[in-house]
Amino acid sequence: MELNLRIWRQDGPDTPGQLVNYHLDNADPGMSFLEMLDAVNEQLINNGERVIEFDHDCREGICGSCGMVINGRPHGPAQGSSTCQLHMRSFQNGDQITIEPFRASAFPIIRDLKVDRSAFDRIIDSGGYISTNIAAAPEANSILISKDEASNAFDAAACIGCGACVASCKNASAALFTSAKVTHLVNLPQGKVERSTRVVQMVDQMDTEGFGACSFTEACEAVCPQQISVNHIAQMNWEYNRAKLGM
Amino acid sequence: MTMLDAKIPNGPIEKKWSEYQATCALVNAANRKKMTVIVIGSGLAGGGAAAALGELGYHVKLFCFHDSTRRAHSVAAQGGVNAAKNYQNDGDNVYRMFYDAIKGGDYRSREANVYRMAELSVRLIDTCVAQGVPFAREYGGSLGNRSFGGVQVERTFYAQGQTGQQLLMGTNSAIARQVKAGRIERFSRHEMLDLVVKNGRAIGVIVRDAITGEIERHAAHAVVLGTGGYAKIYYLSTMAMGCNATAAWKAHKRGAFLANPSFVQVHPTSLPALGKHQSKLTLMSESLRNDGRIWVPAKSGDDRSPEKIPDSERDYYLERKYPAFGNLTPRDIAARAAKEQIDAGHGVGPMRNAVFLDFRDAIAQHGREIIQSRYGNLFGMYQKITGIDAYVTPMLIAPSPHFTMGGLWVDYELMTTIEGLYACGECNFADHGSNRLGANSLLQACVDGYFILPSTIGNFLSGRIKEPLYSTDDPEFDQAESKAREDIQKLLSIKGRQSVDYFHRTLGATLWDCCGISRSRESLNRGIEQIRDLREQFWSDVNITGGAYEPNSELEKATRVMDFLELGELMCIDALHREESCGAHFREEYQTKEGESLRNDEGFSYVSAWQHRAEGEPILHKEPLSFEAVNVMTRNYK
Repeated sequence: MELNLRIWRQDGPDTPGQLVNYHLDNADPGMSFLEMLDAVNEQLINNGERVIEFDHDCREGICGSCGMVINGRPHGPAQGSSTCQLHMRSFQNGDQITIEPFRASAFPIIRDLKVDRSAFDRIIDSGGYISTNIAAAPEANSILISKDEASNAFDAAACIGCGACVASCKNASAALFTSAKVTHLVNLPQGKVERSTRVVQMVDQMDTEGFGACSFTEACEAVCPQQISVNHIAQMNWEYNRAKLGM
Repeated sequence: MTMLDAKIPNGPIEKKWSEYQATCALVNAANRKKMTVIVIGSGLAGGGAAAALGELGYHVKLFCFHDSTRRAHSVAAQGGVNAAKNYQNDGDNVYRMFYDAIKGGDYRSREANVYRMAELSVRLIDTCVAQGVPFAREYGGSLGNRSFGGVQVERTFYAQGQTGQQLLMGTNSAIARQVKAGRIERFSRHEMLDLVVKNGRAIGVIVRDAITGEIERHAAHAVVLGTGGYAKIYYLSTMAMGCNATAAWKAHKRGAFLANPSFVQVHPTSLPALGKHQSKLTLMSESLRNDGRIWVPAKSGDDRSPEKIPDSERDYYLERKYPAFGNLTPRDIAARAAKEQIDAGHGVGPMRNAVFLDFRDAIAQHGREIIQSRYGNLFGMYQKITGIDAYVTPMLIAPSPHFTMGGLWVDYELMTTIEGLYACGECNFADHGSNRLGANSLLQACVDGYFILPSTIGNFLSGRIKEPLYSTDDPEFDQAESKAREDIQKLLSIKGRQSVDYFHRTLGATLWDCCGISRSRESLNRGIEQIRDLREQFWSDVNITGGAYEPNSELEKATRVMDFLELGELMCIDALHREESCGAHFREEYQTKEGESLRNDEGFSYVSAWQHRAEGEPILHKEPLSFEAVNVMTRNYK
């Protein structure tokens, strides 16, 4: 299939960027979206030009490295899918596809489609864990956890930290990401001990990093490759209020 | 050639580790603060080691090439992690688990290490649960289990089909806690380019900052590699695109022996390649074999759609050949059986390079809902990639390189042949012999990082308490940094006609053909020749655009492929020298009349550990394997 691509090129965080047109005439419907970009890069190399930089690694939807805005939508048109799992059969021959980086002031552009998402790590560092020492754990079955509790925790813990939620949000809020970690841990008995300090520290860090506030448009859930529910944001807000009220 | 001493403690196998722990030297808490340990890699092994060392109070510098420590390839392991908890009351215990791994590895692993892995599995599950890993649960709230290939008990703990991700989030949270405590300094987007060795001892590393391109020097009292396996050398594999051997290979070139490099696990259930654009093969978890049945059309070339082929014209070849284990035979056997069917013309799918994995009977028996609850995300993943609904049509699956049992030679303490250099997890060789059992890789990575290394490293560092760090102005640092810069300049200056990917794909195809599921003297000799030619071509004809001091993913790929081009040859040399078939290493010349592996215990019951030489062939050293706790038998899964 033939494709007309408009791809964001930007040398670095302090230089201006622009959309550049590329043409690919040998795309295959069975290709993944990233394999299509590999083919564009192969053309660029043959022309002696520098390649389009983008983050990617596992290419099976679990590492969370990849992510770009495809025709205005983070990770593109497929539901519950990361960019690497999107295949060209989702497009038509002759389509024009616009590809941009995840944009947010808390995700500075490194180059082209590569952005700096280290703010996410700092949110986790601020308290997104259970303070247990590695060898200090009690016998695993001494903590009974109902199927529902485990399943609720898993649904939140499935977050891959890609940042699509931020990119989709008109406020560039990291509420879905942050809440997924908050609720993953608070839904488990072993995570309840630090529930108050954790949520306050993580929300504070989220604000410090420059992410916007959540105004609950639910755009994040719509683009999340793991289909993480905005209910987690509601629960995080509840946990935050609970902590602030000293309940 | 020398015989290597693995420093295995004396005493009965079940006492060795506790004896070791009771007698090894320690570093006290006040002194740990003064010591720096570099950890390369943030997966379950490296990340686990970093977190554990941070907890102990060491100053840890943790490096990963990803943008975040949460993305290491441990994240992609699907099926589960084994532990001898015997929660199912089905006769499991530490010895049985140890025995299964020794037998599964076809008696080419080190007994004492394997026993320790099984022993520590019990505590590992406790640790993960305490960290908040949401394992599958029974209705009463206790932990659930399932079964994996090569065993007859249910000892696998799992979190849907994302167990690796969930364990890694546990590790990552332990890392985050130490970052906050100021004990781990985290360096994301930094890739190790060389090891710095002085007087036979590891004193630091050279890394490249992937954003600025700057080459940096870092010194430490000890260096720990947790850099994973090298199956990406085949290009088409289940590994992530960035998986590489550079850290391990550079350590090898600085004096660390590389053991059993030809032992590569080919996973029987990955998705087949569907075209020439393919960049990776996605794994479909082995857990699917609990409920899915593997078959091919009995008549070769039968291209009816699978639903139209009646049972009488299907060959459920694993159930037929291995009735005791059926679809749950170990990976090496299942992969080779699939290859046999495909080679005989029974392959299915557009490229006739696959077999069917069929859930028809399981859905009829348990209902779609149950199957969905067990494997929902895997079926979803399959549909995303292929566009096919596996609830209706059988999956197409094919063998794909997946794990490397070979790796840096380490002694019982996980120290390589370079003093002060340790290797944890997949980048070492010790625990899986010539074939790894499913759900033992997460286990090994975790116990190496969380439990073993933090104990054994103290035994070394206790003797170095008074020694200051070597200065990064040392001539050894100068030399290593200049070498890294020279390599980069050389790569960028070639400006040839072929991309890095071209060389990687060609190398991968050569290795798959010559040193893949089955190997022969002829194929291996051919492989060596072809790889040498390809390496020469690479250094005269590779084309890398962009510069050294900027983000440059082509340059990153090139520095990895340049090492793969050397490692590939050593893999062939190792496979050529081992004139027997064992586990994943199947030499066509050494098989029974029925086509099963023919092991040669008199000749080859040893670990081959290769020493690098700047000029000429590598030197073979041997670590003889002795088995005291098990009787060495012929594997039989019939």
